[in-house]
Amino acid sequence: MPPSLSITLDQARKGDRLLIQAIPDATVRVQVVRFGLSIGSMVTCQSVMPGGPVVLRRGFQEIAIGRDLARTIQVERQAS
Amino acid sequence: MRSPINTHHTAKALPAHGRRIVLAGNPNVGKSVFFNALTGLYVDVSNYPGTTIEISRAPYGDDTLMDTPGVYGVSSFNDEERIARDIILEADLVINVVSSLSLERDLFLTQQLLDMGKRVVVALNQIDEARANGLAIDAERLSEHLGVPVIPTIATKGEGIDRIRGAVLKAFEATPPRLDPDLERLVDRLEAGTAAERLMLLEGDETIAERLGLPPGTEREALYALRRTRVNAMVAEIVQESNQGATFSTKLGRMMLHPVAGLAAAAAILAALYYFVGDLIAQQLVAITEETIMLGHYEPFVRGLVERVFAEGSHMHTILVGEFGLLTMTVTYILGLLLPLAIGFYFFLAVLEDSGYLPRLAVLVDRGLGKMGLNGRAVIPLIIGFGCVTMATITTRLLGTQRERTIATAILGLTIPCSAQVGVILGMLATVGGWQAWAIYGGTMFAVLVAVGTILDKVVPGKSSALLIDLPPMRFPNWKNVFKKTGVKSWQFLTEASPLFMLGALIVTLLQISGGLEVIQRALAPATVSLLHLPPQAATAFIMGLIRRDFGAAGLTSLPLSPDQVIVSLVVITLFVPCIATVTVLFKERGWREALTLWLGSWVIAFAVGGALAAVLM
Repeated sequence: MPPSLSITLDQARKGDRLLIQAIPDATVRVQVVRFGLSIGSMVTCQSVMPGGPVVLRRGFQEIAIGRDLARTIQVERQAS
Repeated sequence: MRSPINTHHTAKALPAHGRRIVLAGNPNVGKSVFFNALTGLYVDVSNYPGTTIEISRAPYGDDTLMDTPGVYGVSSFNDEERIARDIILEADLVINVVSSLSLERDLFLTQQLLDMGKRVVVALNQIDEARANGLAIDAERLSEHLGVPVIPTIATKGEGIDRIRGAVLKAFEATPPRLDPDLERLVDRLEAGTAAERLMLLEGDETIAERLGLPPGTEREALYALRRTRVNAMVAEIVQESNQGATFSTKLGRMMLHPVAGLAAAAAILAALYYFVGDLIAQQLVAITEETIMLGHYEPFVRGLVERVFAEGSHMHTILVGEFGLLTMTVTYILGLLLPLAIGFYFFLAVLEDSGYLPRLAVLVDRGLGKMGLNGRAVIPLIIGFGCVTMATITTRLLGTQRERTIATAILGLTIPCSAQVGVILGMLATVGGWQAWAIYGGTMFAVLVAVGTILDKVVPGKSSALLIDLPPMRFPNWKNVFKKTGVKSWQFLTEASPLFMLGALIVTLLQISGGLEVIQRALAPATVSLLHLPPQAATAFIMGLIRRDFGAAGLTSLPLSPDQVIVSLVVITLFVPCIATVTVLFKERGWREALTLWLGSWVIAFAVGGALAAVLM
């Protein structure tokens, strides 16, 4: 695996360290910024439901994102 | 100014001219525990008009303390946020409860309250959990950054509550905090409304724009980004993290989301619900409350009283204490059978809500609900539907689009039996054949649910919204909260259901006296007897079911039915038309066309599925 790789969020795997690069939907952007996530935030992939939502963790906070939405979010997978 | 809350029935207990102190915070940070700790016995819980959202108010010295729904910010993405916004806009002081475990998230709201120019006292709650998780938080430094008092608290143990009281008194004497100079310049350019309303306007709030008669602003994303940057910088400075590893509750929360262990946990919770409501209450407790107390002691007693005035065989005798008597059957069903079941169900639901489990369940079922055009959040109205379909129909407002609301409402109206009905169903199934009966009933209902959802997903135009939720930490339920919720909900059940039951019983008795009942039974015989293979008297249960389905289900308990007939009749009564209260809400929320389609569709689907099942079983 190259040191860092740009993927969409639905391709993330459990344990990945991810840097959020782009959230195209403006309403979603506004909602997640209140949760504490914004472009440039570093998060961990906490778990992935098979065919279902991706759960992200940041500190003690967990945020679940549906698969269709995850497909639109661009993240950079960091080398562990 | 128009008060946003309708309190005419209880306003006398609340000070009329006091200041408004408002509790605000993110969901699941312990606000209601604060509310209980800060107030005494006089608490008024009222539904916000047109919603199922309950707002608690209580006197606080000469002032009034008001609770608000948990929100991540002041804006209007959903009903909860709109209500919180209106209460906060009128607040003289806000006690902002933040969780020490998620300051980056929670301080966004704090900063927004300050940007609105509100007097704020911050309760840094769950400080013990932060310590247990290896977090050290510098409350004094945070207070300097924000310019308002910050009090570390452990609300569940009552720690810090007195200091909050003191800080509130002082905050009223102090001058309100100054706005950030850049923001002040921006806000002062506008001339309408209060500082808080002007900020809402800048942030593009359409309701406030309408109230002020100005176009909504376009500054929201820029302001949110600035606030986010500011909060992140603050948190980076005041929170020290020493890695001590995850605590038990964190691990438990993560386990609930494990693809395998999570499903096993969900199954275990379902089994616990079955044991608790279906066995312990529907069988063992009801045997005492219905058989021994109501049928054994209460009914003979009240019959004796009535017979002193009205002779047996007279119409009044039949109406009051006859087969469907207002004082006999109705009271026995409500108090002996349905109330214990409703209390049991609401208790179980309150435990699930309070523990932070429901959002995790939403994540688990997101994929499955996705195939029916819903996202995981729809599991919340569906579960509430098992308590009361009427309430659940209103709760579908939390879903993102009209399309999702249409689908969820149809599924609720058709396939979800409400609390008291679930109890009757579980009880009847248990007496006729245990798990096999259960499997046939459950399998049929599940198949109908999936079929209806899948078809609607194909037919209803538009696009559904995606799941996006913050998962609160799992914690042991707070019993005081659980009992309070159970009490409020059960009381609502009693006051809402009783008049409808009385009406239903009266109609059925009048039909019986006039001979209409027999006519209807004979008219429905092709459906009940030929199609469903049920005794003709089952029609009476369906008539009662037109008023309320649980009433109809209760009516089935007294019929002599074979095991197969029990299953068929329960499937039909579950799929049957929603109760009068739900229909009223349906018309209001979904319009007459959708409501009427659903109502008529219920008749067709109930008898078609029941007929098919009867053909297979009998």
